[in-house]
Amino acid sequence: MNSARSLLVGLALGLASLPAKAQEFITVASTTSTENSGLFGHILPIFQEETGIAVRVVAQGTGQALETARRGDADVVLVHARAAEEQFVAEGHGVERFDVMYNDFVVVGPSDDPAGLGLAETATAAFAAIAKAGSPFASRGDDSGTHIAEQALWETAGVKPAGNDWYLETGSGMGATLNTAAQVPAYALADRGTWLSFENRGDLEIVFEGDPVLFNPYGVMLVNPERHSHVKVDAGQKFIDWLISDEGQVAIERFTINGDQLFFASAKQ
Amino acid sequence: MASNPFVTAFELIASGNPELIQIMGLSLRVTLSAVLIGCLIGLPLGAVLALTRFPGRAGVIVLFNALMGLPPVVAGLLIYLLLSRSGPMGDYALLFTPAAMIMAQGILILPIVVSLTRSVVEDLWIEYEEQLRSLGTSRIRSVPTLLWDGRISLLTGVLAGFGRASAEVGAVLIVGGNIAGHTRTMTTAITLETSRGNLGMAVALGTILLLITLTLNGAAYGITQWSGGGGR
Repeated sequence: MNSARSLLVGLALGLASLPAKAQEFITVASTTSTENSGLFGHILPIFQEETGIAVRVVAQGTGQALETARRGDADVVLVHARAAEEQFVAEGHGVERFDVMYNDFVVVGPSDDPAGLGLAETATAAFAAIAKAGSPFASRGDDSGTHIAEQALWETAGVKPAGNDWYLETGSGMGATLNTAAQVPAYALADRGTWLSFENRGDLEIVFEGDPVLFNPYGVMLVNPERHSHVKVDAGQKFIDWLISDEGQVAIERFTINGDQLFFASAKQ
Repeated sequence: MASNPFVTAFELIASGNPELIQIMGLSLRVTLSAVLIGCLIGLPLGAVLALTRFPGRAGVIVLFNALMGLPPVVAGLLIYLLLSRSGPMGDYALLFTPAAMIMAQGILILPIVVSLTRSVVEDLWIEYEEQLRSLGTSRIRSVPTLLWDGRISLLTGVLAGFGRASAEVGAVLIVGGNIAGHTRTMTTAITLETSRGNLGMAVALGTILLLITLTLNGAAYGITQWSGGGGR
């Protein structure tokens, strides 16, 4: 059995490695908001040019990305759910958390705004209005950073959305959830980056934005080499150092879609 | 969806976009490798299963038949847990590599090849048993002959396996991670473009995938015709 297994691995490896790549690389577990918006496509070539290190990004929800890192399947994790990140470091899975950047969440919904979110003063009031009107709301329902932020907003609004027939849990990524919201049509909480780069909007538009509680900070952490000895500490740390350096921060700020800046640098120098 | 996705598809192919070529190449390499591994293991295994009698044989046959319906995402999850750094084969560092995707697709293909081979070889054995016995060929020694004789029926099974693997997205997404330039295949790229709301590009990629499958099936059909249809 064991030799059969080695044979299988050898065969798979042999077939897979036809164009041999000896290039140094790190694996980064990150979120769909950074990958799907095109941010990584913009900044990673700059980093690779400078250091020769290729960055392989696995884009998942924040919860899944942290789990990937916890299992040792990534060297660096870049996500957006501060409480979960701090817990990740406190439990010894990550070395240290660094602020990298932020963007914000927006509430999108049908342009006729049936729940009247345009009149709401705060994000909490906007969420309460959705519940009161019983207007459809498409939730990620996937333990992502956006989903965690959404749950916090329901809680402040004193609403228990789960189980209501207007509350639709898609259990999928931001884009898939926006596709659903556009079809219903339903309200949804989205990160601005994914929204700006999303093309299948249908009748959806931003109906509420600007409340400081919708601030969405991203943090980056090196996976703890004491837990997983194979973690590429040097290359991983180089990537983190570059992200929070002036140069990395400028690269992040320079990323725009149709003239709109998506992410704002927030590293503490 | 401003422009016609089919036009987009042909423009994409015509433009020779290097990213697209790379994705197509990887998809083909992964799936064909998985098909090859599935056949190397599945053809002999299916034939032996057809020609031997042992306790629990019925159970094994039912198991392989049932595994043809294994949800790809479950196959992916099993490989993920196996290859994860925290899993039993973590030291090989195979997660998020094309090798992991080949293994996952191989698991999807294997039951199809085994089950179809068993069925084909069983029928052929019934037909040729006397003849082979009179030549003094043992059951096991007659495996290559029977496989060769049934090659055209077997090709259908291999194509079914190829179809299942090349069309699948759940498993390769989990074990490959859809890493740009490294483990992004046609199907995971389609998923990504859909989630970006870029439906035109998604349909264009889907059209290209369909064209690849059509071409391969056309080639396979051509080969069977050319070889005179001597088998079955």
